[in-house]
Formats: sequence, C-alpha cells, structure tokens
Amino acid sequence: MELFVNQILAGIATGAIYACMALAVVMIYQAIDHLNFAQGEMAMFSTFVSWQLMQWGVPYWGAFLLTLILSFIGGILIERLLFKPLAKAPILTHVAGFIALYAIINSVAGLIWDFTIKQYPTPFGSAPFLGSQLISTHQAGMIGVTVLLLIALYVFFQYTRFGLAMRAAASVPESARLVGVNTSWMIALGWGMAAAIGSIAGMLIAPVVFLEPNMMGGVLIYGFAAAVLGGLTSPFGAVVGGFLVGIFENLAGTYIPGVGNELKLPIALALIITVLVVKPAGLFGRPIVKRV
Amino acid sequence: MTALLNIKALNAFYGQVQALHGLEFSLQQGSVTTLLGANGAGKTTTLRAICNMVRTTGAIEFDGAALSSRSTENIVRLGIAHVPQGRGTFTTMTVEENLQLGAITRGDRAAVLSDIERMYAHFPVLKQRHTQQAGTLSGGEQQMLAVARALMLRPRLMLLDEPSFGLAPLIVRDLFKILGKINREEKVTMLVVEQNAQLALELADQAYVIETGRIVMSGKANEIADNEAVRKSYLGY
Amino acid sequence: MSAVQEAVTAAPAIEAVPKRAMTLGTGTSLLVLALLIAMPLFVKNFIIFQMTMLLVYGLAVLALNILTGGSGQFSLGQSAFYAVGAYTSAILMEHAGVNYALTLPVAGVICFAFGFLFGQPALRLSGVYLALATFALATAMPQLLKLGYFEHWTGGVQGLVVTKPDAPEVVQSVLSWFHLKMSQDMWLYYFTLAITIAIYIFSVNLLKSRSGRAFMAIRDNEIAASAMGVDVALYKTLAFGVSAGITGVAGGLGAIAVQFVAPDSFTIQLAIALFLGMVVGGVGWLPGSIVGSAFIIFVPNIAEGISKGLSGAVFGVILFLVIFLVPHGARQVALVAQHLIGQFKKR
Repeated sequence: MELFVNQILAGIATGAIYACMALAVVMIYQAIDHLNFAQGEMAMFSTFVSWQLMQWGVPYWGAFLLTLILSFIGGILIERLLFKPLAKAPILTHVAGFIALYAIINSVAGLIWDFTIKQYPTPFGSAPFLGSQLISTHQAGMIGVTVLLLIALYVFFQYTRFGLAMRAAASVPESARLVGVNTSWMIALGWGMAAAIGSIAGMLIAPVVFLEPNMMGGVLIYGFAAAVLGGLTSPFGAVVGGFLVGIFENLAGTYIPGVGNELKLPIALALIITVLVVKPAGLFGRPIVKRV
Repeated sequence: MTALLNIKALNAFYGQVQALHGLEFSLQQGSVTTLLGANGAGKTTTLRAICNMVRTTGAIEFDGAALSSRSTENIVRLGIAHVPQGRGTFTTMTVEENLQLGAITRGDRAAVLSDIERMYAHFPVLKQRHTQQAGTLSGGEQQMLAVARALMLRPRLMLLDEPSFGLAPLIVRDLFKILGKINREEKVTMLVVEQNAQLALELADQAYVIETGRIVMSGKANEIADNEAVRKSYLGY
Repeated sequence: MSAVQEAVTAAPAIEAVPKRAMTLGTGTSLLVLALLIAMPLFVKNFIIFQMTMLLVYGLAVLALNILTGGSGQFSLGQSAFYAVGAYTSAILMEHAGVNYALTLPVAGVICFAFGFLFGQPALRLSGVYLALATFALATAMPQLLKLGYFEHWTGGVQGLVVTKPDAPEVVQSVLSWFHLKMSQDMWLYYFTLAITIAIYIFSVNLLKSRSGRAFMAIRDNEIAASAMGVDVALYKTLAFGVSAGITGVAGGLGAIAVQFVAPDSFTIQLAIALFLGMVVGGVGWLPGSIVGSAFIIFVPNIAEGISKGLSGAVFGVILFLVIFLVPHGARQVALVAQHLIGQFKKR
C-alpha cells in the first residue's frame, strides 16, 4: 500500500511537467480551435533563450521574466506574420503550417546552440522535499508554479473584461465582433499567452530532462495526452489531466511487467486514442455538439 | 430631422452571386424603420452589409462616417448594435456575462453596472436567470437577452434581424411593445427586418419592401400597411 | 472555443481536386515513363540508388495522397506504416529466408491490416484530432521497435542488415547474350519501377472507381455522403488500409534498397517529410507524388551540405513558401505551365 501511495506522489511530481505543457496546449486550442504541433518546440526555444541570457550574466529570475515577455511577443509575431494570412485556409494548410514551424524552430535551435546536452538551473534546488525521497524541492516548486498559473488563468478568464472578451471571441466569433471585440487580435493574444505559458513549462522542465533541442518531443505528446484527457476546453482539466497522466505512467511502470521507460510514448499514444474515441470531450471539457 | 444612416447604390455579393442591387434608403434619427420581404429577398444581407460582414460596393454613411472601409468591430464601436438572425447568444456564458459583453467596448464601469440593472428592469425574466447559462434559456428569453445585450452598447442605431423568429405570438407582442418603449424613451433609432409584417408595421414609422435584392416600395408604415399589394402578399388579406 | 460545430456548412478540411485533374495527360505520362526507363542506362550506380529511393518515397507520398487528398483523412503517421513494411520485409528475408519479391505482398497485406485496424478508432476522429493521433503513432513507433521484447526479431536498437538481391538468373542469362551485365542497383531500380507503375495504375483506377467516388464524397462532406448512403465507416477504414498497405510495400522496397532497417530511421521526421512531400507535390494530385518525393530526397542533401541540421529549417521555410504562394503545390505549377503552353500554341 505504501508503495502505491508513493507511486501516486511520484506520479504527481512528474505529472507537473505534463500539466504545465498541457496548459499551453489548451490555451492555444481555446484561441484558435487547433492543436499547435510546434508548441513544444516553441517552449524549447524559449528555454534556450533564457539559458543564453543566463550565460550572459542575467540572474535567474531576471532571465525568467525577460524570457516570458519575449515569448509572449514572439507568439504574437508568429501568429500575425505566419498564421493570420492562413486564417481562411483549409485545416490541412494550418496543419502544414504547424509542422513547418516545428521543423524550423527545431532546426534553428540546433544550429544556434547545437545538440549537446546542457545543464539548466532550478530556482528551487533539488533537495528532497520535506524529507520525502520521492518529491524533490524542484518538483514541489513545479507543482506550485503550475497551480499558481492555473489560478492566474482562471482569474483572468472569469473575472477580467479581457478574459471575457477572449472567451467570447473563441466561443462565437461573429457575435463577439458584433459587440465590438477585435477577434483577430484575440487570436494573436491567445498565441502570445500560449507561448508565454509554454516558456514557463520549458524552464521548469529543463532542469529535469536537460536542455537540448529535442527535449520536448516526448513531453509534447504527453502534454497532448494530458490535455485530451482533461478536456481541450478546460484549463483545469489540462492540469488534472497532467497529474493523472503522470500517475498513470508511474503506476504502469511499477505494476505492469515489461513496461518501463521504453514504452512511455506508446502508452501516451494509447491514452490519446482511447480518450478521443471513448470520451472526446475528456473529463472536464465541454461536449462538442455537431449541428447537422 | 437628420438622416442617421444613408445608403446609396448598395450592391452586395456572396462570392460571385449578387444579393443586393443598387439599394437606396435612409433612416431618420429617432425613427423605427422596418424592412419587409420574403425569404431570400435580401433583408439579412442588408443588415450584414451595414456591418461590413459581406462584400459590398456603394456608399453607407452613418452620421457622416463612411462604413464600408471599417471592420465590423469598429462599426460597432461607432454605436451600431446588431441583433443577428438566430440571436447569436453566447450560449456557454451566463446571462449576466452576455450583458457584460454587450458593453465590453465601454469604459465607464459604474454606468455599465447601472445599465445592467436597467436591462433587468426592462426584462425581469433575465434577472431571474442571471447566473444561468444563456444556452438554457427559452427562445423568447434568448431574444430578450439579445436585445438587452445590444442595448448595453448604448447604441445610436439598433439593427434587428427577424426578432420574432420562432417565438410565440404573445411573446412577440410583448417584445415589440418593449422595443417601442425603448425607441421612445432612450431615443434609439431602429431598423427592424421582419417577415412578420403586421407587428413590424404597427411598430414602425417608416417601411421599405425588398424583393430579390431591390427596394420595390417605400413610405410611411401605416400607408404601406394599407397598400393593397402589400396586404395581399405580406399581410394575408 | 466553439463547442458547436457547423458540420454540414463548414468548409471541407481539404480542398477538392477535380477528378479530371487527378492524373497527367497521356502524352506527358508516356514521356515521364520513357525518361524513367531510360535514365539508369546513363548514370552511375549511386544515382540509380537515389532514383530507386525516389520511387520508393514517391509510393509513400502517393499512399498519403490517397488517404488525405482522396478520403480527406489526415495522417502524420505514415512513417509508422513504412516502418512496419520495412521490418516485415527485413525480418522475412533475414530470419525466414523468404525471397525478397515475395516479402512485398506480405508487407502490403500486414500493413493493410494494421492501417485498417488503426482506421477503426480513427473513425471517431477528424481534422486536428486525427492529425494528433497519427502524430502520436509516428512518435511512438521507434520506441515500439526498440522494445526488448521483440529484440530477437527486430535486432533492437541496432536494427537488421538486409542482403541486397541480385538480378534473377533469367534476366542475367538473357543479358549475357548481349554481353551486358545488370548491377544489383539497376535490377532493383527496374523492379521498383515496375511495382510503382502497377501501384500507380491501381491507384488511379481506384480513385476513378465507385470506391474512389465514395472517398471523395466523404472528403468533401461526410454527413452528406452518409446521408446519400455511402458506408462512411467502411470507406474510411478502407482508405486507411489501402494507404497503409501501399506505404508498407514502399517500406519493404526501401528496406531492400537501403539494405538496413533500424528504429531511428523511422521517426516522426520521416512522417513530416512525407506530409511535406504531399503538400509540395499537390494534395490529391497523384503525379505530384514524384515531385514531392524528389523534394524530400534532394533538399536535405543540399541543405546538409550547407550546414548540418539545416534541413529542418529549409523544409519548414519551403513549406511555408508553398502554402503561401503555391498552395496547390506542383499541380498548380503544372496547370500554369499547361496554360502558358496553350497560350504559346495559339500564337
């Protein structure tokens, strides 16, 4: 029994990574009704930027904040320059755009910073958390930041005028325009916010998985799995989904023979497909009504 | 009385198909005008053209400002509220959030809050349901919500697209009574597009009849109501 | 996000390619064919090998064209089917001593089944969700191939070496009368060419047939198709199956040509490349598959020559250029060329 509880705790700890990534995924989905396959690469790039800033002597939190701002702006720029022109194009074109972005960012990161693995600092230290062998202070910090982020997003969307406008633009764009909301800019801001959240995810994850251009590949898939499980329309669901996926991964690794680190991705795949088929809206998402 | 809205030589297109042909009319400030026509005549297209939601050529002037070069959002900010066909309710948000959205472009927080109370006074049923998800309201209630939402803008011009659609006659009567009251008390100019000619002609001062994208008749509402051809085609007697 | 989707009136996810435009005219086809047959006689073995790979990837892009351009289903996971086909051939050849030619139908059938099965859960997915599921499939495949459980068969991380076949005795002896010898590469090329032509003809006919019309009806408006009596479930899974089967055959041919299979040869990068090849060639335009394939093979060569790791960026930039400037890919270019030639002829 104790092993079980320990594995759950450990799962929550690793799940914080997926939860954070999932938040960024859901954020973009809310804004544009699409899944951005390049989300992970954007987060990775942001993390590299922060690393570079620190190499140049900027202290950790300064680099963190600066990266956050740069990522926000970067997200907006990418949307305005590359995706706004595609607004009316068929879905295939959008998917092609995301894939192209994925390829470019991954490649450019490798060109600028090469593919050797780098250490990335954590502001939380890596001592055992409250004496527990299973959660380090860094992981506790991750969970804390993720929860804070979630609360901040919740307050933003539910209690500010801007958040209300964004929700309206995503929900019924035409009606949003008819109350004076500039829906086009709402999309750009959605991208900016998603990029910023992604950068936070990257900077929290890098200390654990080490910084290199391919670090986000698996994490992204898990982030998708978490977002899908929690419901693509629910930030809360995304975070819960992240923790659940972390727990599931840990339990599967412990109790199912033959399943180790090697099967991480196939498990995520199976999870994604199962959820999308059985309950496409996820645990907390709004059911999608198809009007015929 | 000055013309608040002036439309000259308006053509509207859906892709290659031309839906409006050389439309011309104007709305006097403070008046209620109704645009009557059968299905597919171009009534909705006219409203959409005013808000620049379809491709147009020609001139649309609102209080001296040209509309065709502005985006829909900016046209709204000039003071034109459009209650679309089907109501366009934000179904996943609460009634109160829908009202807040109506005023989202306004900066005067205190006035917005008092306006919300005023809407609840006009439409008590909305106050009852103010924390409910808007999608769970009945058709009539959603229509009232849509009108209230439009009023939250404190518009100078209100465009209403078939407000009676799908509603029971008694509810429509109440709704039109409220519209008349709002026009008189709050001095909101209205353009009401309707298939339900009878009530629309009772409410309106001015009337136009549109057929296949062209205005075929215009005049005072009571004169149009007495017109033989209109009575036969649209009033059923 | 809009919780209500207008399923009937929403624009289709993929623009339709008019049926007439789906293939090349007869004259152009014969010209291309003549070129393909004659080329190997004049070039070195390595170039012949590259041309073989051109055909192999061309087949894979063709398969994706049938799935996406034909039935409107996205797939970022073709690399998974390619991998299964490649490993099937490799395992049969190296562990069971099966003749290389016979491994191909087996690869095709196994991949068809795999695709058909994957198509089942995929039925409930569309658009970005399907793209996501296939993306996950492609990402997961290398790990599945590395599994210790299968290592005895798959060779684990190291993979398997595949023996290159010689030209058959019959061909050798006929050629020896003319004092000619056929190299392994050349034989493999003609072998692949023959299969490619056969599959191409099959695909063209498939799309022209009743099944093809069903695919395209589903692509353009699934609900309307269903309302008209098209068995949407059957045709969607069929499309996945056929596409996977062809990709599997391509994988097998690829394995034989490259003489090697390893898990890290079949990553998401391959799936992305195939997707890219389809877009560049022109979605749904079967002849464009070869253009797309040429793109996939030669652009990385050039890019890597300039700087290692650059190919990703070059791919991405070109993909953006294509979707902004020439969204219908090579088909659009071909149409413009055709138009210009027509104008020129009039003078």
